[in-house]
Amino acid sequence: MRIFDPHIHMTSRTTDDYQAMYDAGVRAVTEPAFWLGQPRTSVGSFRDYFDGLVGWERFRAAQFGITHHCTVALNPKEANDPRLAGVLDLLPRYLAKDGVVAVGETGFDAMTEAEETVFVRHLGLAAEHGLPVLVHTPHRDKVEGTRRSLELVAGSGLPPGMVLIDHLNEVTVGQVAEAGCWMGFSIYPDTKMDEHRMVKVLSEYGLDRMIVNSAADWGRSDPLKTLKTGRAMLDAGFGEDDVDRVLWRNPVEFYAQSGRLLLDDAQAADPTATWEGNSVLRGQRPV
Amino acid sequence: MTTPAAAARLAELVTRVTEHPNQLPTLFPAVARLVGRGPTDPADRDGLLTLRVEDDARVTLLAAAAGSGRLDTNQLAALLTELYEEGDGDERRAVLRALDRLDAVDPRVGRRLVEDALRSNDPRLIAAAMGRFAARHLGADAWRHGVLKCLFVGVPLAAVTDWADRVDSELVRMTADFTAEREAAGRTVPEDARRILAAPRPDPGPEPSEDPEHPQAREGER
Ligand SMILES: [Zn+2]
Repeated sequence: MRIFDPHIHMTSRTTDDYQAMYDAGVRAVTEPAFWLGQPRTSVGSFRDYFDGLVGWERFRAAQFGITHHCTVALNPKEANDPRLAGVLDLLPRYLAKDGVVAVGETGFDAMTEAEETVFVRHLGLAAEHGLPVLVHTPHRDKVEGTRRSLELVAGSGLPPGMVLIDHLNEVTVGQVAEAGCWMGFSIYPDTKMDEHRMVKVLSEYGLDRMIVNSAADWGRSDPLKTLKTGRAMLDAGFGEDDVDRVLWRNPVEFYAQSGRLLLDDAQAADPTATWEGNSVLRGQRPV
Repeated sequence: MTTPAAAARLAELVTRVTEHPNQLPTLFPAVARLVGRGPTDPADRDGLLTLRVEDDARVTLLAAAAGSGRLDTNQLAALLTELYEEGDGDERRAVLRALDRLDAVDPRVGRRLVEDALRSNDPRLIAAAMGRFAARHLGADAWRHGVLKCLFVGVPLAAVTDWADRVDSELVRMTADFTAEREAAGRTVPEDARRILAAPRPDPGPEPSEDPEHPQAREGER
């Protein structure tokens, strides 16, 4: 099983996690810029964080044979802090970089006006830079937050295929499927969404535009939830090619729209290149 | 690998940068996408000893900007600093490599960038920082610590330009201490450390505490 975890906060994880992920078949990740649990108080903190995402973290992942990408944005929680408005001015130079494969995470946390203003700015930046957008949906008031997010996406003029709406569940997936955006599911070790419910969603909605991630961070989370979802799919009768589609080809297709993926040609183009025994990538770094 | 189309795109970029060196910060991050990416020597995938395709292209562009006649020394220094400080790992590596090729760089500015890179833990940056510029302009303390850092993180000594010319008894002492520490821990000592210990030096000074020809601790190549 080859796995692209399209949403995982590796900055918060240990090298043991990187090793376990590699052993589980993870060969590429995308780390969305988000908050750190402890609110930041200055623009400089973001600059250092973004530099870490395109510098040190990419190197750390490469040591374990994992290609690291990231997305950058002013996250919804901290969009509410006026001291951090200057972060928006930092974004363009990161959005020009290789390996920065989308604008995100953006979207709503508490559905405030400030969040909406920043969200709309992000959608504009994505259009300007030809990048996809990763949209975080709120954990509270999720249905309404998802509805308003889709409304803003529609109003932005971005093609729905350039937008991934994340952290969905049984209740919110329908409206996103209808809107034509990509559907992201974060599989947690708690009640928010688990791998067995995920398999039911896949059975009901099919595999088109379906994305599964672990969203692992500094909280209770599990960086191997992608693998566990793949196994649950096999147990439920899905084939290996179906698993490869959801866990590799779909996220590659979504983020490849950026033109900024760092996968080598074999990884990116040939769906079977690493299928048999993962020999292509063992011990190598992507070029 | 570079294709004729990629070479043509690089030539186009060189023309642009020669006419408008101030456009380089916008173009710099996009270079690998336009010109290509990957090792020039398959045995040196990380570009510790050789310039990767994207490094070479970025260095070429920096040389074009420096040679354009449109930047004075201060402007060139400001450009290098901006590209380094705002760069990701790849872009920073290219700026460090370019220092080796540009003679017009104010050594104080170059030193600041090299010393920053030597504080990192990324072998690709450290290798790029220990090139010709460092050999010529880095102070003795910083240069010795740079060499020691190479031993620590596994950057081959061959990446350190003219290292044999700058070996002195202080570096030999530091290397001997490093070797003793490794041996005390039962770990293998890199061959490069032994090369330093065995190198002739202008200021022989006191003999190192460890015999460079010591036959033990060769059980495994790193
Ligand atoms: Zn997240």
